[in-house]
Amino acid sequence: MGSQGGFYQSKEFLDLVKSIGEARSKAEEDRIVLGEIDTLKRRISDPDIPKRKMKEYIIRLVYVEMLGHDASFGYIHAVKMTHDDSLLVKRTGYLAVTLFLNEDHDLIILIVNTIQKDLKSDNYLVACAALNAVCKLINEETIPAVLPQVVELLAHPKEAVRKKATMALHRFYQKSPSSVSHLVSNFRKRLCDNDPGVMGATLCPLFELITIDVNSYKDLVMSFVSILKQVTERRLPKAYDYHQMPAPFIQIKLLKILALLGSGDKQASENMYTVVGDIFRKCDSSSNIGNAVLYECICCVSSIYPNPKLLESAADAISRFLKSDSHNLKYMGIDALGRLIKISPEIAEQHQLAVIDCLEDPDDTLKRKTFELLYKMTKSTNVEVIVDRMIDYMISINDNHYKTEIASRCVELAEQFAPSNQWFIQTMNKVFAHAGDLVNTKVAHNLMRLIAEGFGEDDDTADSQLRSSAVESYLHILGEPKLPSVFLQVICWVLGEYGTADGRYSASYITGKLCDVAEAYSDDETVKAYAVTALMKIYAIEIAAGRKVDMLPECQSLMEEFLASHSTDLQQRAYELQAVIGLDAHAVESIMPSDASCEDIEVDKALSFLNGYIEDSIEKGAQPYIPESERSGMLNISNFRNQDHHEASSHGLRFEAYELPKQTLQSRIPPASLASTELVPVSEPMYVRESYQTTIVPSASSDAGSTELKLRLDGVQKKWGRQTHSPATSTSSSTSQKTVNGITQVDGSNTSNSRTRETYDSRKQHVEITPEKQKLAASLFGGSSKSEKKPATGHKIPKPSSHVVEKSHARKSSMEIASEKKASFQQPPDLLDFGEPTVKSAAPSVDPFKELEGLLEPTTQFASAENHGSTAAATKSPDMMGLYTETPAGIYDKDDSDILSGLSNPPVTNMFGGTTSTQVAQSSKGPNLKDALEKDALVRQMGVTPSSPNPNLFKDLFG
Amino acid sequence: MIKAVMVMNTQGKTRLAKFYEYLPVEKQQELIRGVFAVLCSRAENVSNFIDAESIFGLDSRLVYKHFATLYFVFVFDSSENELAVLDLIQVFVETLDRCFKNVCELDVVFNYSKVHTILDVMIFGGQVVETSSSEIMKAVEEISKLEAASNSIALIPKSASGWRSR
Repeated sequence: MGSQGGFYQSKEFLDLVKSIGEARSKAEEDRIVLGEIDTLKRRISDPDIPKRKMKEYIIRLVYVEMLGHDASFGYIHAVKMTHDDSLLVKRTGYLAVTLFLNEDHDLIILIVNTIQKDLKSDNYLVACAALNAVCKLINEETIPAVLPQVVELLAHPKEAVRKKATMALHRFYQKSPSSVSHLVSNFRKRLCDNDPGVMGATLCPLFELITIDVNSYKDLVMSFVSILKQVTERRLPKAYDYHQMPAPFIQIKLLKILALLGSGDKQASENMYTVVGDIFRKCDSSSNIGNAVLYECICCVSSIYPNPKLLESAADAISRFLKSDSHNLKYMGIDALGRLIKISPEIAEQHQLAVIDCLEDPDDTLKRKTFELLYKMTKSTNVEVIVDRMIDYMISINDNHYKTEIASRCVELAEQFAPSNQWFIQTMNKVFAHAGDLVNTKVAHNLMRLIAEGFGEDDDTADSQLRSSAVESYLHILGEPKLPSVFLQVICWVLGEYGTADGRYSASYITGKLCDVAEAYSDDETVKAYAVTALMKIYAIEIAAGRKVDMLPECQSLMEEFLASHSTDLQQRAYELQAVIGLDAHAVESIMPSDASCEDIEVDKALSFLNGYIEDSIEKGAQPYIPESERSGMLNISNFRNQDHHEASSHGLRFEAYELPKQTLQSRIPPASLASTELVPVSEPMYVRESYQTTIVPSASSDAGSTELKLRLDGVQKKWGRQTHSPATSTSSSTSQKTVNGITQVDGSNTSNSRTRETYDSRKQHVEITPEKQKLAASLFGGSSKSEKKPATGHKIPKPSSHVVEKSHARKSSMEIASEKKASFQQPPDLLDFGEPTVKSAAPSVDPFKELEGLLEPTTQFASAENHGSTAAATKSPDMMGLYTETPAGIYDKDDSDILSGLSNPPVTNMFGGTTSTQVAQSSKGPNLKDALEKDALVRQMGVTPSSPNPNLFKDLFG
Repeated sequence: MIKAVMVMNTQGKTRLAKFYEYLPVEKQQELIRGVFAVLCSRAENVSNFIDAESIFGLDSRLVYKHFATLYFVFVFDSSENELAVLDLIQVFVETLDRCFKNVCELDVVFNYSKVHTILDVMIFGGQVVETSSSEIMKAVEEISKLEAASNSIALIPKSASGWRSR
């Protein structure tokens, strides 16, 4: 600090900053700042204050406001400073007003005039400062006041000014598209600016314009591609290099734009393949910025029309990201993966372990991103695992915003993919119990509707099963304290509709429960209302069924309380209940038909049932009703007012100078009429320097042939390229590349995919992987890959076990060798990992893979049901492990146990049979348990079979 | 687009705050506090990205970088690339460093307007317009020079050297 000879602020400011820095508490800081405000207030209103002092005070004022205190008393002084002639003071003034004021502030009117004047200033810095202010302080109403000047500045000789003027125009477009819609072509023109900085800046507004309307910018595809090509070929000035990358920020913007333009457009995409492929190749993946560009390439590739070769490069890049140690890169990798799996879902599989690592990472950001990815790749096969994970995470966090989001995602996934009714109800219960107050009430209504309508199948028994399981679980849950209100509403509604439907629970039991709810949550009116209505339904069903209704005493007392309630809604419901109970069966049947919640009620919007009443009234002399649209007298008045108002808004303020009407006229006309033929939007020769003209003239003349404004790529190339470069060569090279692309497309994705997998696997073989993760991976990704597992297994086997499966005839011998090896290490049970191959040899007549595949299916299916059985044992392991605890008994025939008995653990085998012995053996393995499981899981991953259950599960049982 | 740029120290004191959409002072303070609370809770060696939707509303991401006693925080929407913004912070800090020769927290505090000038050259109306550190330096130096020149004309010469901006 103080590197250049002291701070230019006074000692007072120094002291202020110091004392604030040393403040021990917020209160102390506030006291200091308030003291400062007093001082400033006193000094700033002094009329003879020297300018430099004024500047310092304003800076101090800005500082004070940044700390959160009101500095509005000084705003007017900041405004005054903008009028000053000194550049320094003026700039300080502009800085202060842009920080202090917003576009609708009263003081703006005092600045507009100054801005107008400054935009025309000869000093480009003044113009820049004014443009800064324009961006922040000009609103829709004041745009016309400065628009002509801003448009003029688009052709300013200084590139900094052109850049800022372009951005200001963009800002106008954001605020009021209609006010500058005729000027949009200027952005296209600035793209050909001979300063790369201006060109780069213009990409920002173009990106936004293209986002809004892709189709009208399709003609620019070739231009963007050619610019990108030039950038990657290092044709931009060295100053734009960053960490040895040529203008990476411009590359990123261009890739973003290309992604938009190529989305779903094969023809446009084909033009991009070459250059994007080049970037993939050239990108330096060791630097942060190189990875940023790579990431953008992946986004682009996944957005444009798919090209197998590029997808392969993208998959490669993703695997590099995911394997990186940097959390940032992992994050980007997960994000990129989420984009790419939309096109090639199979690539998720090769990264399953990395994804699971990210899921368990302590970094919350990464975790959330991973959940987002999981959400995108949820299928009916893995929904249970994913939703369970999500709910666990949801319970663990405090951030309400994210909790809400993840809860609604859980609900969405559960609704979409639920494997069974019971699971669905349980999942919803969990979500409601933990985030009930956060989820949208729509979700609750959705749940009620789902329970009422069933899952859309015409299967009535399934629907009634769903309902009774819902009723049962709700009755169970009601025992828990402090349930969220929304959840209670659902419970009451379901109990009312279906509580007695399956005949398992008596009306008095259900009504008793409902009364308990109403009493326990006596301060929640909505819940009480739901409870009363539910009670009414139960009684109505009873009466309609011809049974005698006795109201429970607690219910009676509750009703008495409600009849006198302060809430009119509750009161009315209670009275209705009373009335319904007094009616006979037939009447009740017609007011409250049972299970009619799904029936559509036709709403008579015309209120035709009141017609008779109206006729009566008219006969009695009432005025007939005239619809609003037909009230003629009123219409005129309102119309008039509208017009008036409209005029007022468009001409509310006159910003044009009165004395020089011609000039303003001139500057307002040009854009629309001249835009088509001229490159420079406003032809102000005084601004255009000689050098500038020379670059424009040739391009303008080449454009003369076409009436429409087009980009001249040759012009662009000449500007940054070495002069030798001609457009002809570039096009020829790109066409030749295209044919190359065509060939690779024929190659198909199979070869490319397997190739990537191969390389990936060879790299990951030595990574140590915990068994839990393996299992999780299998359950998350396994479902998707079943079909591919068979042929691809060869690539997927990690070294330690690869020799086992490589050749089937050598299987047994190699296995024996392995077993001997292991035995000498004192882990006999390790052999069990190779139990699968043995099984296959035991039943050689049938294709083992096919058979095992078939076994896989049922396993996962009854896994959820079985889960409950095994949870007692599986206290330590997550639920999803349960998926693999069930081993189809058929696999383990006698041969199996024979082999097992060859190992040093025969008694266990006899006691528990093939399956259990596996676990016992494994659990007794000690330090090498992990090793064995790793292999086991990998074998399973190959698609052989889910064999050995979770070891932890049985550790508890067997010590 | 970039929504906000903040610089705060590890104690939570704001050193610079620039919002590209207007927000009332109270709201700004609330956001800054919210950001600081999240930053504090972040461990070392985790990613530099934070999902900022709960603080800044839909479609907002936050990238921060920790330098000595300062956090540099950029908030932006989906039209920017996180890694690139991380490098943008790097560019910003590099430029500050060149400008102040070994920049430290106090440089940022005392040369408030200068830091704003640098930022204005880089980001204009929420869009990144300049990413080359040397170009930024060039622009800033020229501004300083012209400012100084206009000063010496407009003001009493002898005081000019004493407080001219660097």
